[in-house]
Amino acid sequence: MATQQTRLLGKLAVAPSVVVLFLWMIVPLALTIYFSLLRYNLLDPGNESFVGIFNYQYFLTDPAFFLAIGNSLKLVFAVLAISIIGGTLLALLLDQAIVGRNIVRLMIIAPFFVMPTVSALVWKNMFMHPVSGLFAWLMKSVGLQPIDWFAQAPLTAVIIMVAWQWLPFATLILLTAIQSLDEEQKEAAEMDGTPPLSFFYYIVLPHLARPITVVILIETIFLLNVFAEIYVTGTGGPAGNLPYLVYFQGLLNFDVGGASAGGIVAVVLANIVAFFLIRMIGRNLES
Amino acid sequence: MKAMLTGVLGAFALAALSTTTLADTKLTIATVNNGDMVRMQKLTDDFTKTNPDISLEWVTLEENVLRQKVTTDIATKGGQFDVMTIGTYEAPIWAKKGWLVPLDSLGADYDVDDLLPAIRGGLSMNGKLFAAPFYGESSMVMYRTDLMEKAGLKMPDAPSWEFVADAARKMTDKASETYGICLRGKAGWGENMAFLSATANSFGARWFDENWKPQFDQPEWKNTLTFYLKLMQDAGPPGASSNGFNENLALFNSGKCGMWIDATVAASFVTNPKDSKVADKVGFALAPDNGLGKRGNWLWAWSLAVPASSQKAEAAQKFVSWATSKHYIELVAAKEGWANVPPGTRTSLYKNPEYLKAAPFAQMTLDSINSADPTKPTVKPVPYVGVQFVAIPEFQGIGTTVGQIFSAALAGEKTADDALAEAQTATTREMTKAGYIK
Repeated sequence: MATQQTRLLGKLAVAPSVVVLFLWMIVPLALTIYFSLLRYNLLDPGNESFVGIFNYQYFLTDPAFFLAIGNSLKLVFAVLAISIIGGTLLALLLDQAIVGRNIVRLMIIAPFFVMPTVSALVWKNMFMHPVSGLFAWLMKSVGLQPIDWFAQAPLTAVIIMVAWQWLPFATLILLTAIQSLDEEQKEAAEMDGTPPLSFFYYIVLPHLARPITVVILIETIFLLNVFAEIYVTGTGGPAGNLPYLVYFQGLLNFDVGGASAGGIVAVVLANIVAFFLIRMIGRNLES
Repeated sequence: MKAMLTGVLGAFALAALSTTTLADTKLTIATVNNGDMVRMQKLTDDFTKTNPDISLEWVTLEENVLRQKVTTDIATKGGQFDVMTIGTYEAPIWAKKGWLVPLDSLGADYDVDDLLPAIRGGLSMNGKLFAAPFYGESSMVMYRTDLMEKAGLKMPDAPSWEFVADAARKMTDKASETYGICLRGKAGWGENMAFLSATANSFGARWFDENWKPQFDQPEWKNTLTFYLKLMQDAGPPGASSNGFNENLALFNSGKCGMWIDATVAASFVTNPKDSKVADKVGFALAPDNGLGKRGNWLWAWSLAVPASSQKAEAAQKFVSWATSKHYIELVAAKEGWANVPPGTRTSLYKNPEYLKAAPFAQMTLDSINSADPTKPTVKPVPYVGVQFVAIPEFQGIGTTVGQIFSAALAGEKTADDALAEAQTATTREMTKAGYIK
């Protein structure tokens, strides 16, 4: 019965790390759930009391909650659309043999390595500022009234900033995928005289289906958590998403109970999204 | 965030290790990054010279970040800071919680009775001072004397809202980018809501009635908001919904505003020829009223307080006493000139002929501060203290939410009625949740 013994041994060997990982996950989660059931305002200590689902009721009926959910979804979908469509086009362009191709590729990928707070500050003060920004200067130089981005179109402004950051990621993944396209297939299509559009539609796009789902999965996880761009540009009122709302409850209202309830709601929603995404991707990867 | 926190803690630990050998007591002071506070940091040699056993460490932060840091620190009894810079909003709340050390050993020559009564009242509880004012401010009307003359009007010392609105409309000439009045519109409890709450007081409105029921459904608030929106539409600059203190200062200094109602500290900026194009054409008047007995001016004082969690309260009080003393004012005057001393805290400053000569706005500042009463801010009775804020812990959140709603109304996205209804619902929700409304 050597196999059973080794199996037991194996289980024992991994047990410590599993236990640590489990505790690592469950302790903060359990504490958050515990706090979410209390009336606990940081500015009113000593008056904590158990209130059951009260915090959840308040969070879920808050008009700001629906606004935040809407903003979260708009942000995720808009950035996904921009980065996948733009990323595919950029990847096709970068796949061509041009002079200095390596440098161009490096430059295109660079935004991905800029920290979100830094990129938000640069966009806010140097591009979108209604008086001293580059966009304002461009619009003034053709005689138009400059747009005050963060007052007139705050969500669009945030989408532009976040998309700028994530477009390179999509480009990178899609470019490697395009480069792995079978050379023989390409030659065969060329010899058959396939027009470029049909070549793209029938050969490149199906080939990209898997990397695109990977991009969707990874970006969705990160885009649901966008915070720095919204916080730094001060657009939390009209363009705040779910993480911002939790921040607002926790650090502006100092309402630990309400913020914890918000955090749990966000975790549940993220899990629902992840459930569908992983099923979708699983199907795609199996087929 | 976590990595940053450990980094900061590590830095503190290191700093603590490296300075213990130099001095016996190290005070960590949290302060706000505005001009007067930064100036104080440069002058601390004067303090450490007479107190060689005390060393100072500064944590200088932007207003909102400072507020978050010190609030979480004091609420969790973190004990990270020995001296905190707080405003008249925090002082009464924290004093009531027992989070602040009463300042009773400020020294024999401190002269507490010299502090302006309105400011002192806002920082005291049961007759005990809990925070020492570093500088104080109210709000007043700053106007262009040349434009006023051109409009054929004469600004009284104590104008009514009716006069101000009429003058603003007459001074406006949109073709030459001259706007009759510039007012705050940027959302925030310390931005547009500071102005609007103070203005509402003069219209007879109040945030809450005696039972903490929000009052946005009352006619007084409707009058306030419709008056403000209409005035800004007729005589305000474009894009006013994103203008706060700094934006309006820039507009006024470049000659685009006929009138500006804002903090009294702005007076020294708009009359400084280095920054202002209109420095020699500025007049001052009290904030307007509606004949109801309350003016639309606020009261604020950045103050130094010692948290109860500090282990070095005695040394901390020594520092607070130095920074808010008459001696410090004289020190600044000697080094930087009388116009740059921190204003609005001491009666003696407003009797000093040298200061009155250097600061033409001094008398109006003093009158504005004296006419604000944080303990009785409104025409009708209220259960709270605070002129342009409500001194309850929940106000930061509520004020910011309502500020966003009113800012959207100014941007034209909502009507006044919708905005008020929304503000009423949001405030009622928060107050019910916090347990004020049973």
